[in-house]
Amino acid sequence: MEGLKKILGIVWIILALLAAYFCIVRFGVPKLGTGHQEDLVFGLIIVFILTPIISIGLGIFGYYAWKGEYDKDKI
Amino acid sequence: MQTQTQSTKGIWKVIGASSLGTLIEWYDFFIFGSLSVVISTKFFPADNPTAAFLSTLATFAAGFVVRPFGALFFGRLGDIIGRKYTFMVTLVLMGGATFLIGCIPSYETIGFWAPLLVLVLRLLQGLALGGEYGGAATYVAEHSPKGQRGYWTSWIQTTATFGLFVSLVVILITRALMTDAQFDVWGWRVPFLLSIFMVYVSYLIRKNMDESPEFKQAKSEGKTSTNPLKESFGNKYNLKFVLLALFGAAMGQGVVWYTGQFYSMSFMKTVMFLDSDQADMILGIALIFGTPFFIVFGRLSDKVGRKWVMLTGMLLAVLTYRPIYEAMYQLTNLEHKTELRDLYTSDKARVETEKGQDEVITVTKVYDDGTEVRDIQTTHLDSEGNPLLAEGKVLTSHKSIVHISGKNYIALIVLIFIQIIYITLVYGPIAAFLVEMFPVKIRYTSMSLPYHIGNGVFGGLLPAVSTYLATNAHVAGNVEFYLAGLWYPIIVSAVCFLIGAMYINKSMVSKNDL
Repeated sequence: MEGLKKILGIVWIILALLAAYFCIVRFGVPKLGTGHQEDLVFGLIIVFILTPIISIGLGIFGYYAWKGEYDKDKI
Repeated sequence: MQTQTQSTKGIWKVIGASSLGTLIEWYDFFIFGSLSVVISTKFFPADNPTAAFLSTLATFAAGFVVRPFGALFFGRLGDIIGRKYTFMVTLVLMGGATFLIGCIPSYETIGFWAPLLVLVLRLLQGLALGGEYGGAATYVAEHSPKGQRGYWTSWIQTTATFGLFVSLVVILITRALMTDAQFDVWGWRVPFLLSIFMVYVSYLIRKNMDESPEFKQAKSEGKTSTNPLKESFGNKYNLKFVLLALFGAAMGQGVVWYTGQFYSMSFMKTVMFLDSDQADMILGIALIFGTPFFIVFGRLSDKVGRKWVMLTGMLLAVLTYRPIYEAMYQLTNLEHKTELRDLYTSDKARVETEKGQDEVITVTKVYDDGTEVRDIQTTHLDSEGNPLLAEGKVLTSHKSIVHISGKNYIALIVLIFIQIIYITLVYGPIAAFLVEMFPVKIRYTSMSLPYHIGNGVFGGLLPAVSTYLATNAHVAGNVEFYLAGLWYPIIVSAVCFLIGAMYINKSMVSKNDL
């Protein structure tokens, strides 16, 4: 179980990187320049609010999990 | 026996004082959303109603986004000077901001100052709520007998749902007491102005409460924190719990909460085209039947643990949201219904407007299961009765209003009720879970931040994100466009479930069980 937690830590880091890529390159930035207000609101939410939380937060969480910070003996 | 009775009496006093204030804060916070349509016409330029409405929604969302900052600011205060005084400040701040929104002159009177002032006051509302919830939950939990924190804090958990319910009821009563024109001119301000009286009553009740016993003890022993922010987030040992609380519990809780209570309402009105009053009534009935389950699952979490009660709610949401929304959609899908031709009616009427007149053609169709659909086509005419043109085309608008009855009505209540049950599963135990995860000296700060990012940011932005996804799928010609908005809560809940299931364990909470 402790080993699986560490392996999943890498999965969370990859997920954080993928989230950053999709949120910024695919969903966020293209919406900022369409000229439609509904796209602008969506783009701002994605790029400036959700992306930093998901990418940075989940990335740090994954790093801690990978390093075994959530092992039973460290809690 | 007598001591136990006195103790129970004491905690009911604590619950009453805390819950009333928190309920009023949720009321203040949600009244803005419930009145967003009328607010958009008062505080934003009238020449572009769509842009005005979107600006109103952005202002509404700003209140959610700023909640984590309120959690940091007031959480720090609460861990240094005490829980009681801090959530007194948040109460007064919230009441004052809400009251002042009701006093702002319209855009026509003061121009761009109007939306600017609304935005500032909305940000203050978000800051206040960010500080309030963590304080109330911590205060109640620290008064609760050992082994009963889930039960007692679940009363606080009912306040968010009940606050929304009260905001809808106050608006309905205000509307009922005056004409539509009166409500449009000044009546919409009443729910905002009323807040000051509610807050004053709550202030008087809270003023006489004692500080929490755990905080008092920590303070008398010199064990409170001098810099809770640094200890919470600058210390790796605590930061890893903050991150786990967010990604393993609060994030999933937030999206399940906002899907059940807000996206479902938006879905009924904008995808199923259900009559607005009927949709509100269906949600209201489901809320009334569902709310007691906050207490049920809060109590259950005292017996079987918080983790699996919350995660069960998330897993059920992941597995069943698509079938539930498919079933909801089919209730008003006319492709599977047979029209009763004998009951077909058509009506044409002229209505005077500010710019001339409207020709309104209403076609009413009744179907074999009792569903009634009104297709309303409005053609805008000038004062002489000639059609108004826009880019060479006659200016018309069209809307459908669906009214359901009988078994369809019951079925829709049940489908919404199921979603409310998921909310009670994830939300009932979470206050106790978060409180127990952190030590008393940094509890207010540490529990407030993941809660408000999870509930306020992940959850609060859900209606905007999901509605956008569904609209885009519709434009792209996706036949299941009405399910596209669910990917956001499903993915977030699934990730949260996996993280919670793998990483949360009992020793995390038992270490702080004073």
